[in-house]
Amino acid sequence: MSTPTTPLWEVFIRSRTGLAHKHVGSLHAADATLAVQAARDLYTRRGEGTSVWVVPSSAITASDPADKGMMFDPADSKVYRHPTFYEVPDDVGHM
Amino acid sequence: MYAQSLNQQVEGTTGPEDAEAAARFQARIDAEERIEPNDWMPAAYRRTLVRQISQHAHSEIVGMLPEGNWITRAPSLRRKAALIAKVQDECGHGMYLYAAAETLGVTREQLVDELLAGKAKYSSIFNYPTLTWADIGAIGWLVDGAAIMNQIPLCRCSYGPYSRAMIRVCKEESFHQRQGYEIMLTLARGTAAQKAMAQDALNRWWWPCLMMFGPPDAQSQHSDTSTRWKIKRFSNDALRQKFVDATVPQAHFLGLTLPDPALRFNEATSHWEFGEIDWSEFKQVLAGNGPCNRDRMAARRAAHANGEWVRDAALAYAAKERARAAAAAGAA
Ligand SMILES: [Fe+2]
Ligand SMILES: [Fe+2]
Repeated sequence: MSTPTTPLWEVFIRSRTGLAHKHVGSLHAADATLAVQAARDLYTRRGEGTSVWVVPSSAITASDPADKGMMFDPADSKVYRHPTFYEVPDDVGHM
Repeated sequence: MYAQSLNQQVEGTTGPEDAEAAARFQARIDAEERIEPNDWMPAAYRRTLVRQISQHAHSEIVGMLPEGNWITRAPSLRRKAALIAKVQDECGHGMYLYAAAETLGVTREQLVDELLAGKAKYSSIFNYPTLTWADIGAIGWLVDGAAIMNQIPLCRCSYGPYSRAMIRVCKEESFHQRQGYEIMLTLARGTAAQKAMAQDALNRWWWPCLMMFGPPDAQSQHSDTSTRWKIKRFSNDALRQKFVDATVPQAHFLGLTLPDPALRFNEATSHWEFGEIDWSEFKQVLAGNGPCNRDRMAARRAAHANGEWVRDAALAYAAKERARAAAAAGAA
């Protein structure tokens, strides 16, 4: 009874012009054309989108959660990357 | 979802449960962090979620059947359009939920096969028949109303993909309940026969809806660990009471009577107290002996079997196109 597996796709939707495509979920489809159509039906039934991207899930390389500290902690100590780190006298006005 | 290869790896290396990892996991849950697909998780947490999310997905899919039964007989175009949209939403809910379950390392095909083989459960409520148009009103108002009570706390479930799916589902559910209540209101304000039809639907759906929240807390098997893992935020009885308190005044507004002579408002607690639920009926329906269990499974199996050539054709066409593209690239 078991059927051959249908490929998995990740769906990205642009909700309005000017905004970036955002990951909304995934779906199964035999090919890219069907994946776009299914994404339309599944994720934009209430005008949620103006553009759809589908990407084969197998094409995504993700960072390993075990490396989370090594990957992302270094940014925590670099306060000088933020504007609030720098002192500008009030007299200078908004900068 | 993405990076399922990683996911499998995690499962493979888990072996006997690592106490330290388990403690770290519980600490993350206690800190209200979300657990994501590739994070370490206890095997039992994974199993519990696969069971719960896939049952939930199956329920959405089987739930299309009782309502789909009335699409061709909806009394107006407005009602028909709304009902089609609702049934379509329920299909979408099933899809979001299957996708969430798949992030835990099971395939869609496995889950569907389990349902069709009769090995997986779905909500008992969908084994009741929709005999009249008023049943469509009662389902939207009561069944979706009860589902919303269950689903809102799941938006804060500790498992990220499940909670995100539930947020989307809950956004779509509110129209379901409102369209159902509108149907009931129209019937209740209609002719005597229409009002009687609404009352009859309420009589038949009320008790099965109270059963939707599951067995009483004292008998519930899965509650303790699910609560500790923040999969479940409120007990079955607490959610059931919340539903009764919200729904009784809505029934009174309709001018309908709830089929429970023991129902009374307790001034001291501000809760509606209700009569004994017939749990033997619930057990019978779960065991496969409800009025429509066989029909529902037969309909799902037929839909799956009749769609097989479509799935096969789509996959064959995709393979052919891939081969053509490869040949063209080779020739160039
Ligand atoms: Fe739903
Ligand atoms: Fe619904």
